[in-house]
Amino acid sequence: MKKGDRFFKFITLSPIVIYTSLLILLPLIYIFFLSFCKNDSYGGIIYDFTLSNYIAIFDITYLNIFVKSSLIAFIATFICICISYPFALILRERSENLQNLMTKLIMIPFLTNSLIRTYGWIVLLRKNGIVNSILITSGLIENPLSLMYNNLGIIIGMSYTLLPFMVLPVCSSVFKIDNTLIEAARDLGAKPWAIFKKIIIPETISGVFNGSLMVFIPAIGYFFISDILGGGKAMIIGNLIKNQFLTARNWPFGSAISIFLIIITFFLVWIYRKLGGKLDDLGGM
Amino acid sequence: MKHKKLKNIFIGLVLFFLYLPIIVLVVYSFNTSKMNIVFEGFTFDWYKNLFNNRDLIEAFINTLIIAVTSTVVSTIIGTLGAVGLNKYDFKFKSFINLLIYIPIVIPEIVLGISLLSIYTLTKIELGMFTLILSHIAFSIPFVIVSVRSTLSSTLKTYEEAAKDLGANSMNTFFKVTLPQMMPGVISGAILAFTLSLDDVVISYFTSGPGSNTLPLKIYSMIKTGISPDVNALSTLMLLATMIILTTSAIIQSRKIVGGTK
Repeated sequence: MKKGDRFFKFITLSPIVIYTSLLILLPLIYIFFLSFCKNDSYGGIIYDFTLSNYIAIFDITYLNIFVKSSLIAFIATFICICISYPFALILRERSENLQNLMTKLIMIPFLTNSLIRTYGWIVLLRKNGIVNSILITSGLIENPLSLMYNNLGIIIGMSYTLLPFMVLPVCSSVFKIDNTLIEAARDLGAKPWAIFKKIIIPETISGVFNGSLMVFIPAIGYFFISDILGGGKAMIIGNLIKNQFLTARNWPFGSAISIFLIIITFFLVWIYRKLGGKLDDLGGM
Repeated sequence: MKHKKLKNIFIGLVLFFLYLPIIVLVVYSFNTSKMNIVFEGFTFDWYKNLFNNRDLIEAFINTLIIAVTSTVVSTIIGTLGAVGLNKYDFKFKSFINLLIYIPIVIPEIVLGISLLSIYTLTKIELGMFTLILSHIAFSIPFVIVSVRSTLSSTLKTYEEAAKDLGANSMNTFFKVTLPQMMPGVISGAILAFTLSLDDVVISYFTSGPGSNTLPLKIYSMIKTGISPDVNALSTLMLLATMIILTTSAIIQSRKIVGGTK
């Protein structure tokens, strides 16, 4: 290697190596270490080995939050698929110009502040909000519906905020399906349902799973949405971790929950790669 | 197609769902009523209020400083890193490659608390510095992925050709590699900038007293009580986004027209 080349290698690689080790690896190793420590009653950390933080996760109160939070995230993911998949299939038959315009139109709300958009839902959903006012004045209901400050509010907020993360990978995988493949199947007498099952689903499964990952994972952590639309009572895993770090000040337990989440995430990513997904597609927005 | 009408309705409904909360905010930012239920009359009062709200303006300036700084730094580190990782082999390369995806896939809150823990351990005071550092931390991977998508195999051939013709590494980088990567660098930078402007979760854990960002300020405003100031602010931010998007679209279309001439 020439001298100049070695210098160039040093310049390009050293910042990234320093960054990954100091801002990704080190913090994660530290919370892994913390998750095996004890906690004193004043919020301090006692450096003494224990497994109690991991055992505490299986306490019924916390298990309830885990189950409820996963269920909310799962429903939000499912709603996003139900919106994105037909949307992509319909656009697939249209001109490329329209496809580009539609993807842009989907991106615009996504570029405005997510808190502000969540706030917009308060105006719509609360007891004396727009949706209830319209329903009452039109005579459809007598008493206002509880559309927020409950799990329904969280589900609406999550599906709305995370929808672009599903639409984009689903659209890109659906638009990529080779038309000749479908035409060949049709010429050979395949019924629409058979084409859908044998061609469209296999060709788009990794795109759908990509979107599901990018919806499901944030949906268990976005505590601000459950704070705003779920009211004080509703808790998701994100709220639980936040409380352990800022209110209860039990950092070891908060760290154990975080490590648990990382393991779940890695498992989901592993399935995604088994389905033929590429890691580089996950960040491509 | 027999179902064409139904299909159009579906597309329309999806767009309606996406734009509904935004339209509501814009309309009510001009409403004289404080309660946001009925539209009583037209007013600019909330906009005037907004400009007298010092906290809010300070938070806005902080947000811009953080977004600009973290975008510049993460774009430089990310671009260099993408080139280096693409070009050279070294001992822990595959490990580093995996670590880069971690901020993209793990829940943001986990990155937030782990950064908070490490700042506390190393006794770095929470404030603007930790905010910028954290925003750099979550932006770099997105820049790398974006830049990497433009590093094709043809680029390698060009680079080798440049080397054969006697160009050194630096020259090859600035004359051959960088121009080819530019679209990836720009979209990576835009992504980093928007992620930074919008970040709630990581900022929530890594900000200190006196270093409020706009999303954090809005968050506390929403929690303490709803004021139409927020509507006015949202409308202005929406307007800014629209202006940026249209300008970039115009520039792009001009480039395409210029290219075909």
